[in-house]
Amino acid sequence: MSAAADRAGVVVRRGLALVATGLLGLAGVFVVALRYTPIERFQGLPQKIFYVHVPAAWCALLAFSVVGVASILYLWLRDSRLDLFAESAASAGLVFSTVMLTTGPLWGKPIWGTWWTWDARLTFTLFLFFLFLGYRALRGALHDPGERARYSAVVGIMGMVLVPFVHLTVYLFPTVHPQPIVLKPSSPSLPWEMLRTLLLSLAAYTVLLVGFVTTRYGLGRAAEARGAQDAG
Amino acid sequence: MGELFRAVFAIAGKDLRVEVRSRTAMVSALAFAALVLVIFNFARDAGSVSREALAPSVLWITFTFSGMIALNRSFALERENAALDGLLMAPVSRTALFLGKYLANLAFVFMVEAVTLPLFVLFFGADLSGILGGLVLTMVLATAGFVAIGTLFSAIAVRTRFAELMLPLLILPFLIPPVIGAVQVTSRLLAGRPMSEILGWLKILALYDLVFVTVCLLLFTPLMDE
Repeated sequence: MSAAADRAGVVVRRGLALVATGLLGLAGVFVVALRYTPIERFQGLPQKIFYVHVPAAWCALLAFSVVGVASILYLWLRDSRLDLFAESAASAGLVFSTVMLTTGPLWGKPIWGTWWTWDARLTFTLFLFFLFLGYRALRGALHDPGERARYSAVVGIMGMVLVPFVHLTVYLFPTVHPQPIVLKPSSPSLPWEMLRTLLLSLAAYTVLLVGFVTTRYGLGRAAEARGAQDAG
Repeated sequence: MGELFRAVFAIAGKDLRVEVRSRTAMVSALAFAALVLVIFNFARDAGSVSREALAPSVLWITFTFSGMIALNRSFALERENAALDGLLMAPVSRTALFLGKYLANLAFVFMVEAVTLPLFVLFFGADLSGILGGLVLTMVLATAGFVAIGTLFSAIAVRTRFAELMLPLLILPFLIPPVIGAVQVTSRLLAGRPMSEILGWLKILALYDLVFVTVCLLLFTPLMDE
């Protein structure tokens, strides 16, 4: 085994440890959310989805920004590790946007009475999902590593530029989505017990996101090291 | 500056000359646009949905879909006989290459739109008297940005295995803002609403054009440089 493969192995193990921590944390969030957090007066039990839905949306957006920033840095520095990092973040982002898109309708059915509506934020997150999907599909359709890195970096940056526009145009549509209750100019209008559960969940999700990206990145490095070994 | 524009016009002129001489892409894109219009008419339940209610959506679906067909052609043309390598070796900047391609694509898509519009009036009985100016402005604003993105992505998609599928997959999410804006403006224009109601949307469309033409221009050089 080469030194590069050893180093990649360490990264993968670190990533897996983070994923395990995140999953444990998530299990803790489930217990806290169901057992120690009050039931919301108007929505009842379906409101509990909030604790898994909102952090997934935050993580998806975070992953998306990471893809964009790593893409800009790649075009500037031309370091293949940045490309691998962007790819890892996009894969993790796809997972989190899928969680966001599945938990949303599960909550919407009992509360809105419909699985799907062309509401502003739903449409917005759906397009986030499609952007991740297009990015992944493009990577799958290109063989040459240099070309793949360059092309997907361009698409990653374009996606980041697009997001504010989709945001703006869909927001000009009437919305039924709950208005922000935590990140808004005035102080959060959420009881402390609920805010605590949300923050806990956010922490668990972020650890999970970092774990996914790290694992994926380590696996990519290992594959590169192995390719170099085979070639050399 | 004069040097740049000479190169830009030379590249755009070359693309358009190829188009005028072969005419295949133009004729196909027009026939495609007409077919979309016809299919839309039959995809509508005449008893419950009026032609007028559907008209703005039909117009913009037709424009964007036939525009996409046109954009596929832009770099596919250069793939044959490795013409792209020749272009990249020519002593012109990447900026000039992008602008030339962009200009040719704009001309092509505008031509398709110019022919589709009368067909749309004919098939959907839309009354454009008095709003033609506003509609043309909307068409220009909504097309300028998406053609820039299409030109950039066409250069990417042409190198992939499923170019014809990859381009729509990449570009459709980017069509959301211009299509939403253009449909909103068109339906208000057709309903005879006052200018104040559409000005905001026109500003968003203009901002979209400004941002994406700039970003595409900036990204084209690193995209092409190995």
